Amino acid sequence: MSGYLSIRNLTVCLKSGAPILRSVSLTVSAGQVHGLVGESGAGKSMIGKAVLGTLPRALHVTSGEIWLDGVNLLSLSQTERRKQIGATAALIPQDPLTALNPSKRIGPQITRRLVDILGWSKTKAQQRALELLDEVHIPNATRVMRSYPHELSGGMRQRILIASAFAAEPKLIIADEPTTALDVTVQKQILRLIAEMQQRHDTALLFVTHDLGVVSKVCDTLSVLYAGKVVEDAQMNRFFMRPIHPYSAALLAATPTYTDPTGSLTPVPEHVIEYVEKEVAEHDVRAAR
Amino acid sequence: MTVLRNILIRLLTTAVTLFGVAVIVFVVIRVVPGNPIAMMLPPGATDADIAQLQAQYGFDKSIFQQFIIWLGGVMQGDFGQSISLRQPVANLVLGRLPATLELSIMALVMAMLMGGAMALLGTRYRDSKTEAAVDVSAGMALSIPDFLWGLVLILLFGVLWPVFHISGRISPSLNIDFSTNFYLFESLIRLRFDVWADLVAHMFMPALALAIPLAAIIAQLLKQSLKETMHLDYVTLARTKGYGENHVITREALPNAILPTLTLVGVQFTFLIGGTVIIERLFSYEGLGNMAIDAVINRDLPLIQGIVILFALLFTVVNLVVDMLYVVLNPRLRHA
Amino acid sequence: MRDARGGEKRPIGMRLWLSGGWLTVLVLAALCAPLIAPKDPLMQDLFLGRLPPFWMDGSEPGYFLGTDSLGRDVLSRILYGARLALIVAVIAGSLTCIVGATLGLVAGFYRGWADRIISRFVDIWMAFPPVLFAILLIAVLGPGLTSIIIAIVVIDWTRFARVIRAEAMSQSAMDYVASAQVAGRTRFGTMMTEILPNVLPTIVALLTLEMGIAVIVEAILSFVNLSISTDSPTWGGMISEGRTSVHQAWWVLVFPLITLFLTVLSFSQLGEGLKDRFDPVLR
Repeated sequence: MSGYLSIRNLTVCLKSGAPILRSVSLTVSAGQVHGLVGESGAGKSMIGKAVLGTLPRALHVTSGEIWLDGVNLLSLSQTERRKQIGATAALIPQDPLTALNPSKRIGPQITRRLVDILGWSKTKAQQRALELLDEVHIPNATRVMRSYPHELSGGMRQRILIASAFAAEPKLIIADEPTTALDVTVQKQILRLIAEMQQRHDTALLFVTHDLGVVSKVCDTLSVLYAGKVVEDAQMNRFFMRPIHPYSAALLAATPTYTDPTGSLTPVPEHVIEYVEKEVAEHDVRAAR
Repeated sequence: MTVLRNILIRLLTTAVTLFGVAVIVFVVIRVVPGNPIAMMLPPGATDADIAQLQAQYGFDKSIFQQFIIWLGGVMQGDFGQSISLRQPVANLVLGRLPATLELSIMALVMAMLMGGAMALLGTRYRDSKTEAAVDVSAGMALSIPDFLWGLVLILLFGVLWPVFHISGRISPSLNIDFSTNFYLFESLIRLRFDVWADLVAHMFMPALALAIPLAAIIAQLLKQSLKETMHLDYVTLARTKGYGENHVITREALPNAILPTLTLVGVQFTFLIGGTVIIERLFSYEGLGNMAIDAVINRDLPLIQGIVILFALLFTVVNLVVDMLYVVLNPRLRHA
Repeated sequence: MRDARGGEKRPIGMRLWLSGGWLTVLVLAALCAPLIAPKDPLMQDLFLGRLPPFWMDGSEPGYFLGTDSLGRDVLSRILYGARLALIVAVIAGSLTCIVGATLGLVAGFYRGWADRIISRFVDIWMAFPPVLFAILLIAVLGPGLTSIIIAIVVIDWTRFARVIRAEAMSQSAMDYVASAQVAGRTRFGTMMTEILPNVLPTIVALLTLEMGIAVIVEAILSFVNLSISTDSPTWGGMISEGRTSVHQAWWVLVFPLITLFLTVLSFSQLGEGLKDRFDPVLR
């Protein structure tokens, strides 16, 4: 089984030709949580964007395949692709403050696409939205549905976005740093909520984050990304016991652990950076040939 | 309570502005060397005749006294008597106002449709030749004022391909007995579509001339605003929900992008109304502006005063309406 | 995520060259009008009335762009009209700029009561329809070149004052202004050395724009017969005459109109181009 989402040799470049993703391959199996870890600028968010077809205009896919639910997305037209994505995948965005349309009430923002795209009746969509808001532990769901985004707190909005992501029962959810913009106290609740929802709905989840600590809690498998290149692909348990790539090991050493939160942190050593940079350069030479 | 206070301050500044306008126009037109009374009497009138008429219009008093008398009248809705047309100024001015309002609103609607279409087109096909074409044509349209557009239109649609009327407001043969001066509105209500079409054919070119520069401004502002909105997360999220790009632009981005454009369009609309003065002249359209120019040429002081004050009032009302619209359309302010 | 800015770049060079080129031609034409004009612009010849331009049947050699209803040469009148248009553009534009920019700078930098008074006046001015105001002023001052220039300054100073005030205000809030103050510079010195250079690109752009507007205002005033005396050739006067006889002799309207159109377009494009070029932030 090649997995529900399977990315093969995906290369994304700037218009100038500079690579942002260097033949990335990764697989997310049905019902599994796959973590995507890397420093900021490593290109981890771009993978999610490439899958969803929301890459910035300056970037474009130069080669590779993205298989979602047995369809290669890159072989579809833009319209077909949007339909396919809309029917099978959903996004939990990074910043809940800007991810809800400020001029619309919450209710329609959850229900409209169920009616428009999936052809549900209004009452059914309404019913579904109330159920979902209940699932993400929002009290007073009826009142919240009638509110505007600015009337709600950041954590509340992120709950709504999570509910909205699960609304159409997608088989894949991409969570793009879903806790980064939130208060530390809220982060844990939201993380727990995402894990809870993922299990209840048995969804495949691609979890993009810079935080290995978060990964250790929710993920089954993970990929470590450096400069747009996957340097290690691993099972969760194995990775934390015995990372293979020196960069992964260094990254792990640089992460505070819950067993020893006060322990000293080691920055990623110089020679490891040199090593991984050399690997990336070699990859580029090979790709150019 | 701050809302009430803001409204109060707003009304007060409006009153000060209107008062300032009245003072300036009053003083300026009374420095005119020409004697307005002498102009309305037949040649050979005696000095006594002139003096008598001057007294009748109050021109023998000091400027300050005249202003006080005029202000007293205005408070009771009496704007004095037109010298050249020998009718109450209030009646004359209010009689012409509907023509100018219809023209301005028609121009505004045309500008919003054209500008909106250009902005949407430029956003839908951004970073392409289409967007560059929108930018260049908006830049051109903005550089040329309404007066020149009017002349260009006269050449194009009045001479080269004469499909529209180049002067007047209505064909005399179709002048049904209107009971209001809102011809365009009334002809629709009375289902006289032939009259309505004739009115539109007369109005089309002057309205278009007024609309072109405003359309260019709307196109530029709205496109810029849309461009910024299109980068926001909720727009990206809408894309992943399976909606097409057209839906994303018009339903998700547009409602939020319109707001910042709106206030600026308000100010621009007052410029458009100011532009009706010369455009009405150019197309011999019987509105306020045309009457104003005649009034200046005839040195009809009371009429000039009345028209200028009405224009100033119109401008402030437009700004007030725009501010109110902004609050109504913005959910953040509405519920605050 | 502001990479979309790349799409907004326009061919600045071309714009500057074209508009600058046209204006240079115009200045030369105005300077050399007596040398290059084929006819006396005021000479009437009723037998040669409404001659068409050279490529049409019935044209006369020597009358390149035809004649108006009084038999005056259209080309020569356009050339002489350029003199007046440019005089108005340069003098009225610069004066308006000086008055408006000074008031705007003072209001925006000093704030306080000066700002309150200036802003109140701007508000009052904004409540006047500008064309009506101009016509009114000319009626008061009497026709003539000086009156036109005064009228343009009186009406349009607010355009500069509004924009420059806003710019000066946002510049004043910057840290470098505060540090200049801390360094012991006087208020006036700070305004001249810190604020003025930073608002200069905007002033230049507005100035060229204003020159185009001055040409238009003159044309509008000629159009309502309130400009210079009727015998000196002006573009606005020609357009006004051409408008009445457009069905019989379109060329009397078309040629001055094209000239005016290109001139106004050039002034504004030049302003935009210069602004893009000199604005350190955009460059």
